[in-house]
Amino acid sequence: MAAILDLSSWICLVAGSFFALVSSLAVLRLPDYYSRIHGAGITDTMGAGLILLGLALQAGISLVTAKLALVLIFLVLTGPTASHALAKAAYRLGLDPVLNSEKDKASSSR
Amino acid sequence: MFAAAMAAILTSMAMLLVRAVQGPTVFDRILSVNAFGTKTVLLIAVLGFLTGRPAFLDLALVYALMNFISTIAVLKFTRVGSLAGGQQLPADAQALQGSEAPPETQVAES
Repeated sequence: MAAILDLSSWICLVAGSFFALVSSLAVLRLPDYYSRIHGAGITDTMGAGLILLGLALQAGISLVTAKLALVLIFLVLTGPTASHALAKAAYRLGLDPVLNSEKDKASSSR
Repeated sequence: MFAAAMAAILTSMAMLLVRAVQGPTVFDRILSVNAFGTKTVLLIAVLGFLTGRPAFLDLALVYALMNFISTIAVLKFTRVGSLAGGQQLPADAQALQGSEAPPETQVAES
């Protein structure tokens, strides 16, 4: 049982680290600001969720797991809110997204 | 295991710093600092498990709160120019009055 918990905790930590790396790579390499917002949002959900789940599997049922759950709940609540605030603030101040077709450009209203 | 997760988180933090320095608009910098703060929360949590001190999770929770508030405060400052209460956001005010006004300021290449 302890070996299964250790193995699943290890898998969660590795997967969470992978998503954290992918998220920051997306923030670094994507061409448009609005797509970078999506890249950063991966950290708040997949990266934090898997890493904190891996840590919680290590800790077992205790106060430590309750605190990890609190951190996760707060990150899941505030991450998408911050993404929305970032996108809305930039859009209202005039930053245009990089669009492909003329139909997309014509239908945008500020 | 924890060392591998910590190395991945530190690498992703370095990549976010590159975007913070490089980002053509100010919103890229705000975005990368927000993601950097989320990575810091994960780093503190993993570091707490690495050193065997569960008290670090309280630090992680407090830093998650502060990071979110600071992101929202900086975004409000970019739109209104002041952090005083009771300010009405300029583009939203004109949208409520029903006029399609041009945006207040332009996003500067800072």
